Amino acid sequence: MGGITEMAVSLAHFLTVSAILLVLGVFGIFLNRKNVIVILMSVELILLAVNLNLVAFSAALGDLTGQVFTMFILTVAAAEAAIGLAIVVIYFRNRGTIEVEDISTLKG
Amino acid sequence: MIAALAFYAFAAVLIASAVMVVTSRNPVHSVLFLILAFFNAAGLFLIAGAEFLAMILVIVYVGAVAVLFLFVVMMLDIDFAQLREGFQRYAPFGAVIGGILLLELFMVVTVWRFAPEAAALRLNPNPEGVTNAEALGRILYTDYIYLFQGSGVILLVAMIGAIVLTHRDRVGTKRQDIGAQVSRTGSVSVRQVPMGVGLKEIGIERPPSPEAEKPKQVEHHGGHH
Repeated sequence: MGGITEMAVSLAHFLTVSAILLVLGVFGIFLNRKNVIVILMSVELILLAVNLNLVAFSAALGDLTGQVFTMFILTVAAAEAAIGLAIVVIYFRNRGTIEVEDISTLKG
Repeated sequence: MIAALAFYAFAAVLIASAVMVVTSRNPVHSVLFLILAFFNAAGLFLIAGAEFLAMILVIVYVGAVAVLFLFVVMMLDIDFAQLREGFQRYAPFGAVIGGILLLELFMVVTVWRFAPEAAALRLNPNPEGVTNAEALGRILYTDYIYLFQGSGVILLVAMIGAIVLTHRDRVGTKRQDIGAQVSRTGSVSVRQVPMGVGLKEIGIERPPSPEAEKPKQVEHHGGHH
């Protein structure tokens, strides 16, 4: 890797960790099909894996763009969590349950 | 050497806590393990040299998002045992999908390599002798100012949206109804009073009391319909 900044820990290590984290997030969505709160947490894990990838590449290339992008992803993830949980709260208030399989009112 | 050891420690705890997030029986434990995962991810960010993002991760994620999750999990009275039905049924399917995804990712990671000209194509090279936060600030407030403002707008919209979604009107609370105030009749009038007679003669003018006014209002509304 000529011209690429040397890191204390190699890029492949970071990529492996974030790949495992992403797969765990996807696995969590399948595992907790009924619990929308745990699904939202799994989405947070997936976004964390993406952020880890961006930061690792930013460090490996000596380029700050990846870190700027990570900041924007953090912003969007925070907004998404807030809106998602607000929807969960009003859904629970109206229906008394948050089972994902019951949420079929919008079906055409 | 120390960095490598710290990396392995942080990565191991991160992955273990991520496993606990998705498999934990109690959602409160899931949230607490999510907080642990965020702390360890912040450690990994530090090892990669992104100090500012590590601090942001701790402040925003642990301080705000995870606490929001914890708050919602504890506030809603949910029968979590019922939500866990089918856990065993979905596990093999999810494991197959996850395994395929992991295999694909490893196939990508093993054959992938930087382009030879990648080092010359840096968009924002990391400046020397400047802290990470200052280097980020230099490009965030200049080159990326529109994206920065846009993310601010996203946060504003999310905040207003969350408030509008969860706000509810309780019956019996007293509040200002501007429409009723503006459409109110009889409270303001102009009258010709005799000059120089003083208050003793005309008395103090007061608006009609609400009790006396109510029937009139109903009649007024009825007349419109």
